[in-house]
Amino acid sequence: MGRTLAEKVWDAHLVRRAEGEPDLIYIDLHLVHEVTSPQAFDGLRNTHRTVRRPDLTIATEDHNVPTTSGPITDPISLEQVSALRRNCEEFGIRLHPMGDAGQGIVHVIGPQLGLTQPGMTVVCGDSHTSTHGAFGAIAFGIGTSEVEHVLATQTLPLQRPKTMAIEVDGKLPDGVTGKDLVLGIITQIGTGGGQGYIVEYRGEAIRGLSMEGRMTVCNMSIEAGARAGLIAPDQTTFDYLKGRPHAPQAADWDTAVAVWTQLVTDDDATFDKVVHIDASKLAPWVTWGTNPGQGAPLSASVPEPRDSGDERALDYMGLTAGTPLHEIAVDTVFIGSCTNGRLEDLRAAADVLRGRNVADGVRVLIVPGSVQVKEAAESEGLHEIFTAAGAEWRGAGCSMCLAMNPDKLTPGERSASTSNRNFEGRQGPGGRTHLVSPAVAAATAVTGRLTAPADL
Amino acid sequence: MDAFTTHTGRAVPLRRNNVDTDQIIPAEYLKRVARTGFHDALFKAWREDPAFVLNDHRYDGATILVAGPDFGTGSSREHAVWALQDYGFRAVISPRFADIFRGNSLKGGLLPVQLPDDVVAALQDRIEREPAVEVTVDLVERQVRADDLVASFEIDDYTRWRLMEGLDDIGLTLRHTDDIANYESTRPGWMPVTT
Ligand code: SF4
Repeated sequence: MGRTLAEKVWDAHLVRRAEGEPDLIYIDLHLVHEVTSPQAFDGLRNTHRTVRRPDLTIATEDHNVPTTSGPITDPISLEQVSALRRNCEEFGIRLHPMGDAGQGIVHVIGPQLGLTQPGMTVVCGDSHTSTHGAFGAIAFGIGTSEVEHVLATQTLPLQRPKTMAIEVDGKLPDGVTGKDLVLGIITQIGTGGGQGYIVEYRGEAIRGLSMEGRMTVCNMSIEAGARAGLIAPDQTTFDYLKGRPHAPQAADWDTAVAVWTQLVTDDDATFDKVVHIDASKLAPWVTWGTNPGQGAPLSASVPEPRDSGDERALDYMGLTAGTPLHEIAVDTVFIGSCTNGRLEDLRAAADVLRGRNVADGVRVLIVPGSVQVKEAAESEGLHEIFTAAGAEWRGAGCSMCLAMNPDKLTPGERSASTSNRNFEGRQGPGGRTHLVSPAVAAATAVTGRLTAPADL
Repeated sequence: MDAFTTHTGRAVPLRRNNVDTDQIIPAEYLKRVARTGFHDALFKAWREDPAFVLNDHRYDGATILVAGPDFGTGSSREHAVWALQDYGFRAVISPRFADIFRGNSLKGGLLPVQLPDDVVAALQDRIEREPAVEVTVDLVERQVRADDLVASFEIDDYTRWRLMEGLDDIGLTLRHTDDIANYESTRPGWMPVTT
């Protein structure tokens, strides 16, 4: 009987299996950031435990950091970042602090360093750890108690999730990106649709995505309720990894590729659930509500509410059913986050903004996902395109993805955002968020209304 | 972790679906480095509305939250569990929980109880009719009881045992350090290290 990709990776990390108990699973890479780790390190100290494998652990500062130059001024944010620095020092963990060339959003720096590789298990105290599944890894977010558990033991006791295949049949139409695809998937299956599953994204449209596009898709697996999402590694994966600082070198590279090539779902394997998505039906997508499943093609109108949840969402968003989505005016555009803050995303935004101007009165924040992304964008001159158009070019961090650093929406303010969550208040108390792709965000910046690039 | 066997208390109905962890506790409060003191932050934005159910004094002192489906979606923040516990909740009942929230709850001893939609709705109706009704969440019998309403819930034996004993997962895993060391000796040398 064949096995799915997820089952192969799971089985390869089995430290211990006993009847009636969860599997004990080895963790190959543990990513740490300032927000979900302080109580875990305190737990270690209180119990006189230590970090088992500092050499499989890496930390960065991202959620609290301001994206304008200068130090953290909020004393509580500063204390949290200082705590991370003290903890990394005490336990011997490599840290990329603010101002360091390796700093960036935790899910951007892992792949960029080549630390995220096919067949691995990757965890972080952050739900968007699913991003790393793009490499054919089982990668998932954990809570602070589990962070402490991984620090102490480099393992986690886990019940194996069920497996789901999302088969994306056919090709994506021109102008439709990985972000539109994943928003379309969540609209179809709902925010609970993946609950209890590891999702494997398959099919022609998935194979056609770049690594950046695959990371965007896997990133939002959690928004469909799935614990993790992954994609079988292929030549696109190997090409992305080759030559990165932590990728296998010389003869090890060939050994690794031979192993990674085996990481596919067997033809005779069965999934617990299979969902089909018709890629040709997708279009530039946008959310109109307060969960990521409340989305529609940009050419559609705000839908009639189907239940009290929809009614509440429309009320919060200040929208009326029947309004064409492309008539909705925004105050702010945010391009960035671990969903869409990589170089390819910035290039897509620059392609739209080149030679154009931001609409009067619209604030546009463009925030690279890491210092390295920032430097690469600047070496291509993308920052000049952005600033010439009237957008703000910022430093690396989570920025307006969540209201934890100075970049926030004010009550009632409306944004088009390339991040991953449109929850009430996610980008600031009372803020209203429409999730979109970088290209749609850039076109929206130009008109001041939700706009697809093809309509400029 | 405190052991959980059976708990009886009053309950509060939260008739909302898709209660994400950003609503349970907004990001602003995640800057703190302690594990306690989050009760004020619980449902911060919603509590500003006088009509929000937690502001209804008939439910003061409730220790069981009865919510709509897909409770705890979104961010992995365990602060959501800590805030619920700091406020006084010992159990949350919902037709469906997000995976990470459920995991975090079980680590901290906040019992997530999954019951079918119609049972949760009936329970909410019951509590709204009579806010003082006592609700029992019985992990030993795997049952929720409120007067004549009796519903069974599922939880696997291992998790139930761990909760009833109040056992620390890390301590349990550290009994198997030999297995961990054996596993480590089989990992290929070309796999990445961060140092
Ligand atoms: S960019 Fe947003 S989703 Fe990603 S890690 Fe930062 S806060 Fe979380």
